[in-house]
Amino acid sequence: MAVFEKITLSKAINASLRASMEADPKVLVMGEDVGKLGGVFRVTDGLQKDFGEERVIDTPLAESGIVGTAIGMALRGYRPVVEIQFDGFVFPAYDQIVTQLAKMHARALGKIKMPVVIRIPYGGGIGAVEHHSESPEALFAHVAGLKCVSPSNASDAYWMMRQAIESDDPVIYFEPKRRYHDKGRLDTEAIPDPLHAARVAQAGTDVTLAAYGPMVKVCLDVAKVAAEEGKSVEVLDLRSISPMDFDAIQTSVEKTRRLVVVHEAPVFLGSGSEIAARITERCFYHLEAPVLRVGGFHSPYPPSRLEDEYLPGLDRVLDAVDRALAY
Amino acid sequence: MTVESTAARKNTRGGGKRTTAKKASPAKAKTAAQAPAEAEQDQLVQLLTPEGKRVEHPEYAIDLSDEELRGLYRDMVLTRRFDAEATTLQRQGELGLWASLLGQEAAQIGSGRALRDDDYVFPTYREHGVAWCRGVDPTNLLGMFRGVNNGGWDPNSNNFHLYTIVIGSQALHATGYAMGVQKDGADSAVIAYFGDGASSQGDVAESFTFSAVYNAPVVFFCQNNQWAISEPTEKQTRVPLYQRARGYGFPGVRVDGNDVLACLAVTRAALERARAGEGPTLVEAFTYRMGAHTTSDDPTRYRADEEREAWEAKDPILRLRTYLETEGIADQAYLDAIEEESETLGKRVREVVRSMPDPDTMAIFENVYADGHALVDEERAQFAAYQASFVDAEEN
Ligand SMILES: Cc1ncc(C[n+]2csc(CCOP(=O)(O)OP(=O)(O)O)c2C)c(N)n1
Repeated sequence: MAVFEKITLSKAINASLRASMEADPKVLVMGEDVGKLGGVFRVTDGLQKDFGEERVIDTPLAESGIVGTAIGMALRGYRPVVEIQFDGFVFPAYDQIVTQLAKMHARALGKIKMPVVIRIPYGGGIGAVEHHSESPEALFAHVAGLKCVSPSNASDAYWMMRQAIESDDPVIYFEPKRRYHDKGRLDTEAIPDPLHAARVAQAGTDVTLAAYGPMVKVCLDVAKVAAEEGKSVEVLDLRSISPMDFDAIQTSVEKTRRLVVVHEAPVFLGSGSEIAARITERCFYHLEAPVLRVGGFHSPYPPSRLEDEYLPGLDRVLDAVDRALAY
Repeated sequence: MTVESTAARKNTRGGGKRTTAKKASPAKAKTAAQAPAEAEQDQLVQLLTPEGKRVEHPEYAIDLSDEELRGLYRDMVLTRRFDAEATTLQRQGELGLWASLLGQEAAQIGSGRALRDDDYVFPTYREHGVAWCRGVDPTNLLGMFRGVNNGGWDPNSNNFHLYTIVIGSQALHATGYAMGVQKDGADSAVIAYFGDGASSQGDVAESFTFSAVYNAPVVFFCQNNQWAISEPTEKQTRVPLYQRARGYGFPGVRVDGNDVLACLAVTRAALERARAGEGPTLVEAFTYRMGAHTTSDDPTRYRADEEREAWEAKDPILRLRTYLETEGIADQAYLDAIEEESETLGKRVREVVRSMPDPDTMAIFENVYADGHALVDEERAQFAAYQASFVDAEEN
């Protein structure tokens, strides 16, 4: 029905929340400033006006309270979508997410479901002060019982949110905040990819770049520059961090024989570590080079004047592509 | 499917409005919460009316010399000037963000001037006036807002801890520090600053519990500026905030946060209680955030201009100025001198900020650990080599 030729990623999430709320009266939106203000990034703009304070709930300033009460509402049959204002502020709720939300289904022998979506604007590149630029996805993906996804474009932002809300499992939905204003195409009648499937964003033959969320665009830019240098780079948009679509990575690596994983989060024990280990197990005899990782350092996220150096950019990823090809 | 009762199903429909249980609707709850809050305003401790008239309070007598009174005025004017300069610098792109204290000068200067040098302060991110009272160079506050560091001063050189952005965390740090002071047998006190929104955080509730149980010498200074970004205080509490303390077993007091004399007197008394081994106090400074939450915020989306106008009539600086003038404590020449001093401060702040260098890239790897760490060393070396490869490429 609706085809948007150019819609921003944040408006696509807004449209998705709206469609989900229209489709199911049990869907609620909760968080700090999500009502009149429409959230600090305006992702929930206009929802309270149209759905009322009963369904778009401005909460007290307490993240443990937000997630804890969302769990209770899910127990009562609601499907809360909660907003954590910024990545660095999820930790007061970390206890509720890890010790309660993630384990409830298993503890109840599968008798209860936890259809809670936790939206976290994450990642750097917007010149913010500390605690506003972090990439904590590995901390959540490490926990059994949670699903973690991160869209990289408007269409995925829309569809993955709809699917996350429909899921009976808790889903941590990481929103790449520096891509909020990027525009893309969205067809709300299309048949979407499955929530946890990776997608080839750019086909290539010499080396695979695997990324998700904010780094997909960087990798696509790398593919362009590399093409000018005669190198054919395949870009995989992983889309889902847990579960991870290892089959798709394997298929790509069996073709290109080289893999570079790119994410903003620190490399040490990050999601790239898991990908490197699994792909080495699965594709040992196909690989022409060790799996390389490009990401953040083992240091606190730096003050904003240093984030361009800290974040993997075109040059650092290209450098890794060159190193992979040099083996 | 999840467990679902027919009652729950009946109560919702697509448009989101509940068809039953109207009485429990949030709109009703809001008025119920506001009524007692307004009644409690009578209990505001006040020593200087909005019209600048000196009044007495039975429990909070204060006797300040003319020089001290002029000092409070100077502090407030200079702090406001500094704050305005920072806001301008943000607009000019010199700072990434700024959290203005406009309207909260009396709460901060009054409480800040109640402190002794050996007291310890745990601020949030808006306590520029308290920092001023502690003798922190105001330009040090700007580093983190410019993006050149994540702190910018040594907390121990002025007993003024780093700004804390994660809401409510520092209330626990203050409590623990106070427990340490107590164990040391020292007679200094500790003060924690936070906002009305922060009062909802578990950390703040837990700091109330700990400080009460251990009788810690800490003062909780809550600046109720009426808003937590877009959420009014009613979204955080159904009772006036100062009354929370009673449930934990320590006193709470609400003070006119735009009255610098009352803020000074009330904080001084609370600190004395702490020093005397009588435990914590919650001070709620009833004040108003006149500007946006931060320079990223747009308050026109959630609050009416008339509200700000009503509060402007209670401006903390104007009321002290009126008092000083009518009592002949400050003449025009004095007021002009302060204006001049604030211009000089503004100029200095502008110059220092504009010439603040970007940090060295390798600072990313500095101070991650006190004892060093092999992984950091390895990454530092790799990154240095990577950067050097560009220099080599340029030279070749
Ligand atoms: C744990 C946490 N959650 C959310 C935020 C985002 N945030 C920053 S300031 C703020 C409002 C704080 O309001 P209040 O405590 O009343 O203090 P004020 O800023 O009004 O002085 C919010 C929600 C944060 N910094 N930390």
